[in-house]
Amino acid sequence: MKRVYVNEKWCLGCHLCEYYCAFASTNEKDMARALKDIRIHPRIRIEEKDGISFAVSCRHCDEPLCVKGCITGALTRKDGIITIDRNRCIGCYTCILSCPFGAVSPSEDGAIQKCELCIKTAGGTPKCVEGCPNGAIVFEERGE
Amino acid sequence: MAVEYIYPDYEIVRDYDRCIVCRVCERQCANEAHEYLSDKNKMVADNAKCVNCHRCVSLCPTRALKIVKSDHTFKENANWTGKSIKEIYKQAGSGGVLLSSMGNPENYPVYFDKILLNASQVTNPSIDPLREPMETRVYLGAKPERIERDEKGRLINNLKPQLKLSMPVMFSAMSYGSISYNAHESLARAATELGILYNTGEGGLHEDFYKYGKNTIVQVASGRFGVHKKYLESSAAIEIKMGQGAKPGIGGHLPGTKVGEDISKTRMIPVGTDAISPAPHHDIYSIEDLRQLVYSLKEATGYTKPVIVKIAAVHNVALIASGIARSGADIIAIDGFRGGTGAAPTRIRDHVGIPIELALASVDQRLRDEGIRNNVSIVVAGSIRSSADVVKAVALGADAVYIGTAALIALGCHLCRSCHTGKCNWGIATQREDLVKRLNPNLGYKRLVNLMNAWKHEIKEMMGGMGINSIESLKGNRLMLRGVGLNEKELQILGIKHAGE
Amino acid sequence: MKYVIIGNSAAAVGAVEAIRKNDREGRIVIISNESYHTYSRPLISYLLLGKTDENKMKYRSDSFYSENGCELMLNKTAVRIDPDKKTVLLDDGQNVSYDRLLIATGSSPFVPPVKGLEKVKNKFTFTTLDDAKRLESVLEENTKVLIVGAGLIGLKCAEGISRKKVETVCIDLSTRVLSSILDEEGSEIIKRHLENNNISFFLNHQIIELSENTAILDDNTEIPFDVLVMAVGVRPNISLLKDIGGKTNRGIVIDERCRTSIPDIYAAGDCCECIDVSSGEMRVMALLPNAYMQGECAGMNMSGADYVFDKAIPMNAIGLFGKHIITAGTYAGDVYYEADQENYKKLFYSNNKLNGYILIGNIEKAGIYTSLIRERTPLDTLDFDLICKVPGLMAFSKEERACKLGGIA
Repeated sequence: MKRVYVNEKWCLGCHLCEYYCAFASTNEKDMARALKDIRIHPRIRIEEKDGISFAVSCRHCDEPLCVKGCITGALTRKDGIITIDRNRCIGCYTCILSCPFGAVSPSEDGAIQKCELCIKTAGGTPKCVEGCPNGAIVFEERGE
Repeated sequence: MAVEYIYPDYEIVRDYDRCIVCRVCERQCANEAHEYLSDKNKMVADNAKCVNCHRCVSLCPTRALKIVKSDHTFKENANWTGKSIKEIYKQAGSGGVLLSSMGNPENYPVYFDKILLNASQVTNPSIDPLREPMETRVYLGAKPERIERDEKGRLINNLKPQLKLSMPVMFSAMSYGSISYNAHESLARAATELGILYNTGEGGLHEDFYKYGKNTIVQVASGRFGVHKKYLESSAAIEIKMGQGAKPGIGGHLPGTKVGEDISKTRMIPVGTDAISPAPHHDIYSIEDLRQLVYSLKEATGYTKPVIVKIAAVHNVALIASGIARSGADIIAIDGFRGGTGAAPTRIRDHVGIPIELALASVDQRLRDEGIRNNVSIVVAGSIRSSADVVKAVALGADAVYIGTAALIALGCHLCRSCHTGKCNWGIATQREDLVKRLNPNLGYKRLVNLMNAWKHEIKEMMGGMGINSIESLKGNRLMLRGVGLNEKELQILGIKHAGE
Repeated sequence: MKYVIIGNSAAAVGAVEAIRKNDREGRIVIISNESYHTYSRPLISYLLLGKTDENKMKYRSDSFYSENGCELMLNKTAVRIDPDKKTVLLDDGQNVSYDRLLIATGSSPFVPPVKGLEKVKNKFTFTTLDDAKRLESVLEENTKVLIVGAGLIGLKCAEGISRKKVETVCIDLSTRVLSSILDEEGSEIIKRHLENNNISFFLNHQIIELSENTAILDDNTEIPFDVLVMAVGVRPNISLLKDIGGKTNRGIVIDERCRTSIPDIYAAGDCCECIDVSSGEMRVMALLPNAYMQGECAGMNMSGADYVFDKAIPMNAIGLFGKHIITAGTYAGDVYYEADQENYKKLFYSNNKLNGYILIGNIEKAGIYTSLIRERTPLDTLDFDLICKVPGLMAFSKEERACKLGGIA
């Protein structure tokens, strides 16, 4: 299946992926309207230090520790995509305890949030990939 | 400084209704023109630092930014323009030579824009390139004067080494040093995929790029940087650089700050030393001297590669070209006064040399008149901006063209002409690691390939319109050209008729 | 092939999902002594808190059993296993035959013998949905609740019932709250936080005698209460295997394929003990993620695959009145320490390995520490100083990052 891959060699640390991600989770058409005067809580996050930077988001693992550990069954993996039923999540953060990539984070409303691969809403390509100016984040099929 | 003589040329206009304070402008500006005020959670800008490269504008996700020309003005004066006055302020302050980058931006005539192409109507049918084969392939190199046969009547192959190009365009000389590793990689990979050539410039060839050798022209310039046997062997052709359109008559200077580990190795000079290319080749003071270098290089490579001699288009260009055509060189490259550079003294760039269109026409004519046109191929450079310029250049007599600036624009260059600062925000004309990585060759080479493929399509369309199905039939076919708004003398030099004739 | 699973919680579900990866045909029989669709036990406190409801508590969708072809036997208790005949005797006298059996019986609350306990009318334990429902039914505003046990169950109960505006007192023999998962300083932080949320504590005390509405402590303090919750701890339900001579300690002993000492009988979840890789010792690690993964491992092996689960470690993610705690592993070795008003962090390491950690407050990216423990990652292969301060992939080598994120160097 197609996955998001990150190549730090080309990451500029511009943080645009975070903004495109935050935008993707709104229903607004215009990014300025969507993100004006708010603090964003993106599902993809840049790590940066000493000139090295890279984006981290859910790897949609084949053997997902977050799903296996989820105490409510709110996290599920279907067709290779791990999604969260925010209605059922009670914010115990067992998934944050479990994820070896640090790709799950608390959200403002208490439930957790993670990349759910916005390919449906974003028209086939995740917004972070689309918004990366340097091809550092790609969405592609690779032999595994 | 108490007196600030110079008001910034550009203003960074921010639409605060659209700015979401993502700070990408701040992170992406190597000139540090943008600043984040944390106490106000607001972005501000320092116009004086802006070079108008559009990096921030292009990356701003909400289109909150634009750069406008300042309307701050001096009292109107047709003679003493604001530009002239500012330059005097600068020099009065610094005492130094003014430096500039890229090509001559001044308001001289652009002859390509005063030449129009022909198209077939009624009597000679045009050709639809989507339905019929259309040949854009060219071979560069000396062509034999006659067919030779041995005593048994068999053909003797007397063809000298040729360069095969899928279309009559190549990427012109830009050194590793003046442009980045990633820019070089983009050019090399694009040339390989396209079946054309790129040119190392005078900075030597990074080992990583030896593998693109079949599509590489290596340059031998007055500084002889990075020239060694393997360098010469890892190429399709060797170019002796006698001059450059952007700065005819002077040498080059890569500041020591740009000479890092990799460039030092590639250029074969110590880290941190200035790389100075002398104005002349100190061993070339005549056509005979040039001939010696041409044959030295041929000898060194076993007569397997064409040798190109590149000169700037200057006043006596036809005479000089005639000499070169007799020197043993296989190709003459002529670089017009609009040609680009990573850094040149402003006065040289803007006031020395002649337009490539005139130089080309006169060289082609002269070589024909002397019956030596087939000794050499002619490649022209110096602001080929579109496929139309390519077609016009070929009709004026060129075998192929070099593009430099156009290629860089495809890679993202916005012609801010600040290459000499070394802080190219697009990762092209810089060696700063954080900036170089902004040009991802995986994306860059595709853009170059796209551009060339687009041009190739357009060239075919234009050729088809003229009823020509092979680029060779267009070469020197000046009947296909007409001038508009040109005087008799110009038409005479260009060897074309005026529109309506 | 006929699979029988005793138990209907996380381990059982893990087993069903694993079995169905390998065997779409075999019969799966699930025996549960409760009357509910599989639900998540840790959610009972959230139920009282109103953050979930009985429907949302279902651990898997309503169609789970039908989709996975499971025969569900509710309200049946397995009484005895006959390993020779390969049958399970139920409390109603039925014998259920099996080819492969999974014991996923979980644990039961431990109620210590206290003088006068029988006099208390409103006494509860707090591990099942029925417990929660019964407890909720007696709570009113200002009801005085005495919780015995300041561990995970007791404190989650305290939080859960807080919505009812009850007066909660918590007593524990230990000197600290959450003594099984926190160190002293961490316990103190949480205790203060709970006190700020109107929970009172009597620590380092035990009840010597109970009457219907009063508890007398060892220092003769009398604590009046309306409702008593016994949350001292749980004991693994091991008797089914122990009775037939299977190997047990505190829990049923299983290997890394979740096999018990008796052929074709597997065990998983809170009823088991297995190797804790953070300490190398056998331990009961009664927590849901391990239960699921053991169940999954058992299911894989029961249905013919060769599957190893050897990465169990103690770990807990718990929130109490908005304060989050994540802990994992064993608290032994050298210590990295960092704390401010809101946050507390301790990492324990020795012999080039991370053994355990405690995070209170800022718990972001805790899983990166968990994985260092679980994978026994040699700490000299990464920037340990950095990862102590900032958990992240930055601390790993460039190659390791490329491997994790899929970058091509």
